This record gives sequence, structure tokens and C-alpha cells, in this order.
Amino acid sequence: MVSVLFFILAGLAIACAVSCVYHKNPLYSAISLIGVFLSLACIYLTLAAPFIAIVQILVYAGAIMVLVVFVIMLLNLDEDKPLTRLRYLYPIGGALGVVLLAQTLFVFYAVTRTPHEASEQGKIVGQTMSIGTAMYTEYLLPVEIVGILLLMAIVGAMIMSRRMSEPNLELVEDASEGDKA
Amino acid sequence: MEPGLGSYLALSGILFAIGAVGVIYKRNAIGMFMCIELMLNAVNLSFVAFSRHYGDVTGQLFVFVVMSVAAAEAAVGLGIIITFFRNRLSLDVDDASILRN
Repeated sequence: MVSVLFFILAGLAIACAVSCVYHKNPLYSAISLIGVFLSLACIYLTLAAPFIAIVQILVYAGAIMVLVVFVIMLLNLDEDKPLTRLRYLYPIGGALGVVLLAQTLFVFYAVTRTPHEASEQGKIVGQTMSIGTAMYTEYLLPVEIVGILLLMAIVGAMIMSRRMSEPNLELVEDASEGDKA
Repeated sequence: MEPGLGSYLALSGILFAIGAVGVIYKRNAIGMFMCIELMLNAVNLSFVAFSRHYGDVTGQLFVFVVMSVAAAEAAVGLGIIITFFRNRLSLDVDDASILRN
């Protein structure tokens, strides 16, 4: 039962990912990417990780993709134009992707073949309480670092998207004065 | 019957490769951004699969940190994209060649 569910969700995720790469229109890509996020959230539920599944929906499908769709709508983008020169780079890119896939699968195959001891069945981790306990005892320092990182990202985003017109205008005025002289 | 660790890792690898090919193929900055998010999600899936397999909560904490970094990346990256569009009136990454000359 879980196996059938996994293969349905995996097929959905791969189809949405291919559609995200294939579509030229950024909005179609964004909606396909939301499909990938939702199917991955369902896979996390089958992996007994409800906290990560909910955070996936809230942060990725909720916050990040809303921001992306907002920017796409705000900028009123055209469709992606095909490459006019260097067209031979398309098959090279595809070949590089296949090589990367083969490498990744080989590494994962080697990992699953090495002797290791799996957890005993029935031991469920990933409940929100165990994650919270680990987060605020053993992994307190990384959580603090993540907080500082988010603060820096807020400041950086505000500085980045501020209008920088004043210095440029001064430069233009200096240049025009130089032309007159 | 539950799918084994290998199935989840294979799905993670496939999604990562699709995302990497997308970063190569896409030519507008926001498409590349979305493909990078796809690659981050593929890595998250393998973390959660290992966490489930070994019965250890550390993998899910890694996923939490990766999601926070992705949120920070989204904020700063979209700020850069908006500034770039304001200066160039396009998002084609081939137009970002001001340092070439």
C-alpha cells in the first residue's frame, strides 16, 4: 500500500519536475514546482516525518513560491527565448545531466550496499516533540546561527531592493558637466 | 510492504539531476532560481529518508536548516533579480555581462 503510494507520488514529483524544466513560461514552471513540493510533502508523510511535511508546505509552497509568483507577476516577464548561438550546448548540457544522474545513483547504490544497521522497526522519530527537544538542547548553536542568518537575509534583501537612484544621478550629472566643459 | 531506502535515494538523485539540467538549460534568472530550489528539495528528501532509515532525528534538523537557508536565499536572490530587472529591463542571464569589458 505504502509502496503503491510512493510510486504514484514519485511519478508525480518527477513529472512536475520535468514540466518545470520544460516550460518556457516562468509562471508554468512555478506552478509545476509547487506540484513537486506538494508531492514531496506527501512523501515526507509516508516517511513518518509530519513536522517536515508541514514545514515544507508552509515554507516552500506557502512562502517561497508566493514570493516567486509575486516577482514573476510584478516584472511581467516574457517567455524564455531559445538560444540563438551556441546551440550545440543543449546536447552537451543533457549529457552532463545524464552523467550526474549516473554518478548520483552509483553513489547511492554503494551507500545502500554497505553493511549498516537499520533502526528497529516501530521506533518512530520525527514527531514534533522529539525535533523540538533536539533543536533546543543538542543543536542549540545551529538554531541560533540560523536565526542570525535570517536576520542578515532580511537586512540584505532590504538593501538590495532599495532604489539606488541618487548615486547614479550624481554620476550622470558629473558626466554631463564634464561634456559641457 | 514499504519501499526501501534505495527507492527514496533514487528519486532524490533523479530530482537532483533534473534540477541541475534545468539550471543549465534555463536562461532567465528566475527559472534558474526555481531549479536550484528543486535541487535543494531533492537533497532534503535524501536527508529525511536517511533519518527514517537510521531512526535518528539529526537528518530532519539538517532539513530544517536547509529550509531556513533556502528562505534566506529566496529573499536575497529575488532582491537581486528585481534590481537586475530594474537596471536591464530583462532577466536574461546573458545580459549580465557588465563585468566583461
